[in-house]
Amino acid sequence: MTGMGDERVLALLPELLLLFGAVGGLLLGLWTPQHRQWRVRLLVTVACLASAVAAAVALPEPAERVFEGTWVVDTTTGVVRIVVALGVAVLVWLASASLGGHPRETEAYVLMLLGGLGSIALAASGDLLLLVAGYLLASVPLYALAGFAKDSAGVEATMKYYLMGAFVGVLLLVGVAALVLAAGTTSYVDLAVLLPDASPALLAVGILGVLAGVAFKAGAVPVHFWVPDVTAGTTPPMAAYITTIPKIGAVAAAFRLLAEPFAGVPLDVPLLVAVIAAASMTLGNLAAFNQTDVLRLLAYSTVSQVGYLFMVVAVAARTGLAVPALAIYLAGYAVTNIGAFAAVAAAPAARTITDWATAVGRHRWLVVSLVVCLLGLVGTPPTAVFVGKLAVFVAAWDGGLAWLVVIAAINTVASLFYYLRWIAPAATRVAASESTTAAARRNGPGTSGETAQRDVLEPIVVLHAAAVVSLLLGIGSGAWLTVVLPS
Amino acid sequence: MLLTVVIFLPLLAAGVLLAVPRIPSRAAIGVWIAASAVDLALIGWMWWRFEPGEGAAGVVDGLAYEADLQWIPTVDAGYHVGVDGLSLPLLALTGVLFLACGIYSLREPDRPRIYAALFLFLQTACLGTFASLDLILFFVFFDLSIVGMYFVIAGWGHGNARRSALKFFLYTFIGSLALLVGFIGLFLGSEERTFDMVALAANPPLADSPVAGGLVLLAIGLGLAVKTPLFPFHTWLPDAHTDAPAAGSAVLAGILLKLGTYGFVRIAMPILPEAWQRWAMVAVVVGVISVLWGAFVALAQTDVKRMIAYTSVNHMGYVLLGLGAAGLVASADEGARTVATVGAMYQMVSHGLLTGALFLLSGVLWSRGHTYAFDRWGGLARPAPVFAACLAVAAFGSLGLPGFSGFIAEFQVFTGALQAAPVATVIAVLGILVTAGLFLLALQRLLTGDTVVPSETEPDEMGGGPVPGRTDGGAVTATLPRKASRMADLRGHEMASIIPLLALALILGLFPRVLLDVLEPAAMAVAELVGR
Repeated sequence: MTGMGDERVLALLPELLLLFGAVGGLLLGLWTPQHRQWRVRLLVTVACLASAVAAAVALPEPAERVFEGTWVVDTTTGVVRIVVALGVAVLVWLASASLGGHPRETEAYVLMLLGGLGSIALAASGDLLLLVAGYLLASVPLYALAGFAKDSAGVEATMKYYLMGAFVGVLLLVGVAALVLAAGTTSYVDLAVLLPDASPALLAVGILGVLAGVAFKAGAVPVHFWVPDVTAGTTPPMAAYITTIPKIGAVAAAFRLLAEPFAGVPLDVPLLVAVIAAASMTLGNLAAFNQTDVLRLLAYSTVSQVGYLFMVVAVAARTGLAVPALAIYLAGYAVTNIGAFAAVAAAPAARTITDWATAVGRHRWLVVSLVVCLLGLVGTPPTAVFVGKLAVFVAAWDGGLAWLVVIAAINTVASLFYYLRWIAPAATRVAASESTTAAARRNGPGTSGETAQRDVLEPIVVLHAAAVVSLLLGIGSGAWLTVVLPS
Repeated sequence: MLLTVVIFLPLLAAGVLLAVPRIPSRAAIGVWIAASAVDLALIGWMWWRFEPGEGAAGVVDGLAYEADLQWIPTVDAGYHVGVDGLSLPLLALTGVLFLACGIYSLREPDRPRIYAALFLFLQTACLGTFASLDLILFFVFFDLSIVGMYFVIAGWGHGNARRSALKFFLYTFIGSLALLVGFIGLFLGSEERTFDMVALAANPPLADSPVAGGLVLLAIGLGLAVKTPLFPFHTWLPDAHTDAPAAGSAVLAGILLKLGTYGFVRIAMPILPEAWQRWAMVAVVVGVISVLWGAFVALAQTDVKRMIAYTSVNHMGYVLLGLGAAGLVASADEGARTVATVGAMYQMVSHGLLTGALFLLSGVLWSRGHTYAFDRWGGLARPAPVFAACLAVAAFGSLGLPGFSGFIAEFQVFTGALQAAPVATVIAVLGILVTAGLFLLALQRLLTGDTVVPSETEPDEMGGGPVPGRTDGGAVTATLPRKASRMADLRGHEMASIIPLLALALILGLFPRVLLDVLEPAAMAVAELVGR
């Protein structure tokens, strides 16, 4: 290939940094004693931060397609790069609370990095084959991560995740094959030109298959069944990872598919996506209503959140407001969702809502941050998700989907109900002072005080940070949006 | 800048309260009172310096203390606040009522630090809603007021507080999301694609598409009607009030309900004038139904607080009657429509003061006997003369006796609405009659006759009526140590909170010009804008 100069390689600098972090971390981990594995964590974090910085520097540059148009570097990719890199960095620290001293600690961090890389690949792919590669890269490391604890619940979760992933992977491949058959090319740019004239039957099969693939990674209805089981089966930090990082990439991938190759096809793809969005938010909310397990509750809440994200996917080709809306919502969702899972990780022994409320008992600030995060997920102002939701509603309505906005508004109210089921016991127990002190003390024995203290430190920091960042992103959206999305 | 300080000063005080862990109980409430007092002083200064102006009346021009910052650039939403004749009286009402609630809560025994912080947070939310000139900013503060009130009811309520709080949150949240949908409709319908109220009112969106305009008005009207609350969306109100703490009820009825009616004046009428004219009759009818429904259902209540809650539905009905009449451009001249608008605005302030006082007084009942049931109380005039006097004054003020602010308000509403909607107005006057009856009945039950005071430990079902044996309660006191055998009269801090509210209602009833000077130009501007 002649045209591959330095510049085009450097366009992928953020991804390369992540890759270096992964490989370097693996090598470093091999030569590092068990109790010094924090070095790997540090290296991985530095790689993530460097990648985020590189992505931020590249953000204002005009959109380009590198490597023969397979890799798109534009605003969407840039935002996904930053969010994923920062998200992985935070999640590595969140996971370190439970992974510290684990015999396969390094491997976990490396797999998390690789999964993040896969997520970025999904978001950036401008070619169907790269989409498939990104799908695999964003899936395979996660299978291992889901069952990392090797307990029965984790293994079951992994099994379910893997089988479902393999099945949908086949659907994705069939879809890609159908599209190649219909248009004779895999590049989005060419597909956008050729697909409108292709045979509708092939198109339908192709679009359904490809959308099934990204919907699976995003955890949208009807391929969401793995979400609650995997989330509840794995550890809270891994659950946060699995419900945040790949979703971001998958939603961005779906957005790009709708905006480019599927924009001109004779089928009403936006309507299909709108129906998926409506079904996701509705079913996710309804299923969350009666959950008493905090992880399952959050799992269904992520399903409903994907519904809101798919609203903006549906209007990707129809309105100029879609790109900023997607960027804001993705960033807000990542921050808030990680915060909510960090709240669970802060009391790892507590599985049900009442257990959680009892466990955090006297820590008033934990409850305050939890309330900020959960109300943030509802979309209460002035959090980041509120700004995102507002932008998404405006974009969806502008794209001619006013009915979907009404459904989303109704669903928002419904979602409030189950978040309040968690908030209310936690908030009212804050002041119930002395009775809970005993319960908190009962959690202590077994581990020495030192480790017990250390165990919960990172999740607490992450939770508070998420709450603060969520508020700052919301209140200061004027400041950061003018930087990220100069219009 | 001054306005921003006024809005966020309470929030700052709340932050201080939360951040400093070892504040003694009384000092925490002291911080609340101090912050509210400073805030009220600043609002007073703003009022004093406020010039209504000749040509510039408000709503679209003549806004004082304006601040305009960009907030969400992608959808052109900003931090745009300002004061005009519509918002200034309500800002002042907010300042007064929160200060009164602070003084009333001086001896709050239950987690006073967080309680005070929550109320200060609520104050910021309420002030922000009244001051905002941007739809999204309005929505933000509107929503935050719901969140704050939810925690007040859930955390400090009594009875079935958690359930009532949930009902309140879900119900009003539905309303606020309907509001958001309507706002987005305004944004997309406007030419310049903005959420700025001033720009939208100056150049109304959706003027040439009656169907879209009507639907957007429906969404906004629904959202505001839930909050106001108007029949048939009022069902959350009695539960929330009954189970909320007294100060929470006072703020809920005095301020939070006004967020709804204020939204009609500030958003629905000037921004959607054409749709408002078209559907004004619906507002009138809903207003009249609310008047009658609230009055008759209040008449049937056996619980003091529920009764006051339903009279709020009744009073908010008058507000909507006035605002609806202001939209009936074809059948009334501008003078009448202005009078109706002024009356509706006056009613908002008047209701805030009087109902605030009534709810604080009902809180006194709860603190003495832990029940609001009519049949557990009686003959309170003898043991508690000051309480009885205050209750009587508040009740007479609330039923619209001349000399009190409520009379000025209702009189203007009826005068203004008579020309436009004579039948509706005449029916609504009946509501006054029923209200008068129910307040007199309530006074009779509570204040006259043999003294009946509940004892805490008696089960509720025993209270079938004034049992003679309970009148002095002495026999039971011997066995039950914490039982109230006699009704203690108002304490100092209770008097200091309730009496100023009643005095203000009296002043506004005797010297209405104080308020009218500020209100009238703005009301005229609204009537003019609706008439476009």
